[in-house]
Amino acid sequence: MFNLELIQLYIVLFFIILGFITGTLIEKRHYRSIKERELKFLKLPAVTIKNVLDKEAIINDVNFVTGSAVISLDYFKRFLAGLYNFFGGEIKSYESLLDRARREAILRMKEKAVDADIILNVRIETSAIGKSAEKRKTIGSIEAIAYGTAITLKK
Amino acid sequence: MILTNLENVPGKATVEHFGIVAGSTVRAKHIGRDFMAGLKNIVGGELCAYTELLRESRQQATDRMISKAEQLGANAVVNIRFSTSSVAQGAAELYVYGTAVKVE
Repeated sequence: MFNLELIQLYIVLFFIILGFITGTLIEKRHYRSIKERELKFLKLPAVTIKNVLDKEAIINDVNFVTGSAVISLDYFKRFLAGLYNFFGGEIKSYESLLDRARREAILRMKEKAVDADIILNVRIETSAIGKSAEKRKTIGSIEAIAYGTAITLKK
Repeated sequence: MILTNLENVPGKATVEHFGIVAGSTVRAKHIGRDFMAGLKNIVGGELCAYTELLRESRQQATDRMISKAEQLGANAVVNIRFSTSSVAQGAAELYVYGTAVKVE
């Protein structure tokens, strides 16, 4: 009986270590690719304002563009968040998760509007998905969706 | 069909309003995808299957909204908003709504 419990503990520890290693690697790689692509799209501003265009500007094309991403937590971070839930305080691991999802969503939106000059009225929405049948499982993954209106001006 | 989430189509005057049009779809994840997502939950990272599923569903909701707007005789939908709600365990409703208008 004691042995079985020990094995269970080892399995949990194994998952935590595995989650820590892969999670950190994936997050680092993701942030690197996000930063690279953000530099690439520096010339295409996405703004939350609705009317920044001049009256004289001739609009060539109006496109509705969306982008979304579903990012999941790893086992280690979920364990960490569980601890924080007990002590309270700022949960950095969740912050980076949300940050990654939102930035990725904005980038995907921009990728759909490569020819555009500006994206107006950008809205970002977040929803928690993947709440599975197990009730004790907390938020496993979040979805971020960004949408806006891409405007192409006549040059 | 012109889609935008601005209040009017830039550069074009609105001629006629037809009121609200909406499209929605309720999707559940299938078990294979859920299992894979469960594995991915250990290592972290993006759940590509879910991203794809939600993108497809949202496209379907948008298509439904467009077909309703077409029935009314509109040629544009303005002020589009998305919203997501979970109606049951493991199922999500994707809802998209906007105002059908006729522009020049």
